[in-house]
Amino acid sequence: MRRFTLIAVPYLWLLALFLVPFVIVLKISLSDVAVARPPYAPHFDWATGIWAFLSELDFENFTWLTEDDLYWKAYLSSLKIAFVSTVLTLLVGYPMAYAMARAPQEWRATLMMLVILPFWTSFLIRVYAWMGILSNEGFLNQFLMWTGMISEPLTILNTNAAVYIGIVYTYLPFMILPIYAALERLDESLIEAAEDLGCSRFTAFWLVTIPLSKTGIVAGSFLVFIPVLGEFVIPSLLGGSDTLMIGKVLWEEFFSNRDWPVASAVAVVLLLILIIPIVLFQRNQQKQQEAEQ
Amino acid sequence: MRRMSWFNTVSLTLGFAFLYVPMLILVIYSFNESKLVTVWAGFSTKWYGELIQNEAFLNAAWVTIKVAVISSTIATVLGTMAAYVLVRGGRFMGRTLFSGMIYAPLVMPEVITGLSLLLLFIGLGLDRGVMTIVLAHTTFSMCYVSVVVSSRLVTFDRSLEEAALDLGCSPSEAFRLVTLPIIAPAVISGWLLAFTLSLDDLVIASFTSGPAATTLPIKIYSAVRLGVSPEINALSTIMIAIVTVGVITASLVNKRQMVRQKRDEQAAERS
Amino acid sequence: MTIPVFEPWNDPEAKPLIQFQNVTKRFGEFTAIDDLTIGIYEKEFFALLGPSGCGKTTMMRMLAGFETPTKGSIYLAGQDMAPVPPNKRATNMMFQSYALFPHLSIWENIAFGLKREGMPKNEINDRVEEMLRLTRLDKFARRKPHQISGGQRQRVALARSLAKHPKLLLLDEPLGALDKKLRQDTQFELMDIQEKTGTTFVIVTHDQEEAMTVASRVAVMDHGKIIQVATPDRIYETPNSVYVADFIGEVNIIDGLATPNGEDSYAIAWKDGQAPLNVKSPNKFSDGQKCHLAIRPEKVTINAEKPTGVDNVVEGKILDIAYLGNISTYHVELPSGVVIKAQAANTRRISRRAFTWEDTVWLSWTATAGVLLAD
Repeated sequence: MRRFTLIAVPYLWLLALFLVPFVIVLKISLSDVAVARPPYAPHFDWATGIWAFLSELDFENFTWLTEDDLYWKAYLSSLKIAFVSTVLTLLVGYPMAYAMARAPQEWRATLMMLVILPFWTSFLIRVYAWMGILSNEGFLNQFLMWTGMISEPLTILNTNAAVYIGIVYTYLPFMILPIYAALERLDESLIEAAEDLGCSRFTAFWLVTIPLSKTGIVAGSFLVFIPVLGEFVIPSLLGGSDTLMIGKVLWEEFFSNRDWPVASAVAVVLLLILIIPIVLFQRNQQKQQEAEQ
Repeated sequence: MRRMSWFNTVSLTLGFAFLYVPMLILVIYSFNESKLVTVWAGFSTKWYGELIQNEAFLNAAWVTIKVAVISSTIATVLGTMAAYVLVRGGRFMGRTLFSGMIYAPLVMPEVITGLSLLLLFIGLGLDRGVMTIVLAHTTFSMCYVSVVVSSRLVTFDRSLEEAALDLGCSPSEAFRLVTLPIIAPAVISGWLLAFTLSLDDLVIASFTSGPAATTLPIKIYSAVRLGVSPEINALSTIMIAIVTVGVITASLVNKRQMVRQKRDEQAAERS
Repeated sequence: MTIPVFEPWNDPEAKPLIQFQNVTKRFGEFTAIDDLTIGIYEKEFFALLGPSGCGKTTMMRMLAGFETPTKGSIYLAGQDMAPVPPNKRATNMMFQSYALFPHLSIWENIAFGLKREGMPKNEINDRVEEMLRLTRLDKFARRKPHQISGGQRQRVALARSLAKHPKLLLLDEPLGALDKKLRQDTQFELMDIQEKTGTTFVIVTHDQEEAMTVASRVAVMDHGKIIQVATPDRIYETPNSVYVADFIGEVNIIDGLATPNGEDSYAIAWKDGQAPLNVKSPNKFSDGQKCHLAIRPEKVTINAEKPTGVDNVVEGKILDIAYLGNISTYHVELPSGVVIKAQAANTRRISRRAFTWEDTVWLSWTATAGVLLAD
C-alpha cells in the first residue's frame, strides 16, 4: 500500500502535467485555426462521439510547414546554428578542460567552482551582459577602436555572430564539465608510455588523449547541441530579425500570430528532430557507464 | 608539484576572462552615475535606490521568490519519491514510461514544455497565475531533483537500510531515520537546483503566467528587449552577489568538512 | 571431573533452534538454495563455508528475513518465519560492510535497536554501557564511525547487533575487511564473546581457516547444497567427498580402482606398473569400483632411503619445494607423472636441510592415513 502511494504520486503528477499536455499539443497540431476561444477546432464533444472528432483531424498544418519556406528555413538554420556553436564551444571548452585536468591537485576544486558559478547565475542576466558589450557603442567596439584595429564600429549585436558568442558563453560549463571528468580520470602514465614508444607530444595527444576523452567530448557536445536547438532567449535578445531559430518562430507563432495549431505543429516537428540526438546521447552515456563497470 | 605549461596557463586565463569579464563589466557599470550605460560618469549607487523604489520590480521579485520556494519544495518531495522508486522500486507496471517521463523534461525545449502546459491549463479552464507557474515549475524541476537524488541513492550502501530493518525499524522508519539523513546533502542540492531553475526561468513562466502574476525574469526580459538599462545592471549585480556568496560559502563548508573527515580518518587509523 | 561435551546434534532429544525444511530459493532461472534441510542448535557457533555464489549468503539473508524461500519453510524456535518481516524477528545481523550509520555516534549506533524496541532510557543506558565494555569501546562512545579504525568499527557492528539480545546472531563475513593479523586476534575475541553471551552464532565465510577456528560445526556448501556438516576436526580428517577434502586445506587426490582384500581393507590399483596401495576404510567399496584416495600432505612421510615395514611406499623426484618457515611442502613427481605433496617440519636450520631439488626420495604413508572416497 505504502509502495503504491510512493509510486503513484509522482507517476500521476508526471502523467497529468507532462504526458497529457503533450498529447494535447499533438491533438491541436492536427486541428484547424478557428475564430473561437480557444482559437482552434474541433473540440471534443461527447454528443458527437470520438469518431466524429477524429475524422476532423488532419495533417494540414504539417503540410503548411513544408509549403511555407519560413519553417523549413528556420529548422535548417536552427540545426546550423546549433551545430556551429557546438563546435565553437568545443574549441573553447576543450583547452580549458584540459588545462584544468592538468592543473595542480589543490587548485582543481577552485577551478571547478569557477566553472560552475556562472551556471548558478541567471541565464537571462548572462545573455543580457553581452548586450552592453556587443552594441555599436559597446565595450568591444570601444576597445577595438581604442587599439586602432578598426576605425568604424562593427555591427555585432543583432547578428548571428552575437548569437554564437552568447551560446558559447552560456553553454560553456556544459561542455567543460564532462570533458574535464573524462580527462581527470586519464592516467598520465599513458601519455608517458606513448612518448616512450616514440610519439611526439602532439601525436601522443592526438592518439591517446583525444580518443580517451571521446565520451566526454560527445556528452558535452550533445549537452550543448540539444538545448541550443530549441533556444529562445539568446536569438531573441542577441540575434537580429534575420536570425531564424525555431524556438523564436514558435514563440512568435503563438504569442504574435495566435496560431495555436501551427505553433503546436512546429513543436511536434522540433521534437521529432530532437529524437535523433537524444537517442545518440543516451547511447553514449550507456557506453560510458558500461566502460566504468 | 608540476608547473603548468605555458599553453595551459594561457587557455585558463583567457577562458576564465571570457566567463567573468562580461559579468564584471555589468557589476561595475551598475555603479555608474550616467544613464548611458557605456560611458563612465562617476561612482553612484542611485540605480540601486531607484530599484528599491520600483514597485513593479519588487512585486515581481516577491512573486518569483514565492513561486520558487513553493515549487522547489514540492519538487523536492516528488523528485525524492521518484528517485526512490526508480532506484529501489523494483519492477512495476509502466516503469519504462515512468523513467522516460523523468528524463524527457530534462532535454525538452522550454518552448515546448511551456506551450504544452499552457494548452493544458487553458483546456482545464485554470486561471493563469502563481498557481499555474508553480505547477509548471514543479513538473520540470522535480525531474532535476530526482536525477540528483537518484545518483546519490545508486551509490547508497543498501545494507544500511537492511541494518535498520534488522534492528527493528519499519520500512518507513528506516527511510526517515537512516536513508533520509544520509542522502540529505543530495536532497538539499536538489532543492537548491530546483529553486535556482525556478528563479531563472523565463520561457515556461511566460507561457504559464497570466496578467495577475509577473515573475522577475519576465519583467527583466521585457525591460532589456528595449536595450541596456542601469537599473537592470543594479538588479543583476544583486543577483550575482547573492549567487556568488552562496556558492563560495557552500564550497568552503564542503571543503572544510572534507578536510576534517580526512583528518579524523587518519587519526583513527593511527590509534 | 569430566567436562560436559557440547554436541546437541548427537542428542536425539535436542530440538534445533533453527530448522530449514526442504528450502529452495530461486532468483529467476538461478537456483541459489536447492532443497536444503538442516538444523542449527541453541548456543552453537555454526559456520557456513563455501566459495562465492554457493548460496551461503542467501541462507543467511533468509534467516534475517531479507529474502523469502521459494519453497519450503524455515522455523525459528518452532515458529514458521515466513510471515515475519525482518524488523519483527528475534535475529540480528552483523553486515559484511558493518553498515554502521555514518550520521550517528558509536553510542547512538548501539542504542539504535534498543530505542526502536521502546526500552526505557535508563535501561538503554545500562545496556549500551554493557556492550561498550564487552567490546572494549568505552573510550569511543561519542565518536562517529569514520573517526575510529577498521577493527573498532567491526566491534561496534558486533556490539550493535548483540545489544538487542537476539536469539540468533548472523555474521556475514565479519572479519573479511580486517588484515590477517587483526583477523586472527578477532577470531578469538568472537569466540570469547559468543561464549560469554551464550548467543547462537551463524557465521558466513569463505575462509576455511576462520571457519575451522571459530565454529562448533561447519557446513561446507556448493551450488546451493550442503555437502557436509560436521565438527571442524571431522571435516578435516574424514571429509565425505572429494569436494570437501579439496576445499579444506591441502590434499593429494589419487584416483584408482578398489579391490577388497580383508575387513575394511582394500588394495587400490592406481597406475599401471605400480604396486597397488593398501588402504583401510570404513566406507564400503565393491570390487573394481572407482575410488579416490584423499591424503593430507602432512600425513605423507618423506625419506631419503627406502623405508621398510610400511603400508605404502613410492619413489619419486623432488620437483619443487615451498618453504613456509615452520614447515616445507615438497612436490614429488613419481615416474608415472603424478605429483604428490608431502609436508615436513623444518626442525633443522635451512642449510642443513636433508632434501633439495632433483633428489630421489621415497614417500610413505600408513593404510589409515588417507580417506577413501567414492565418486
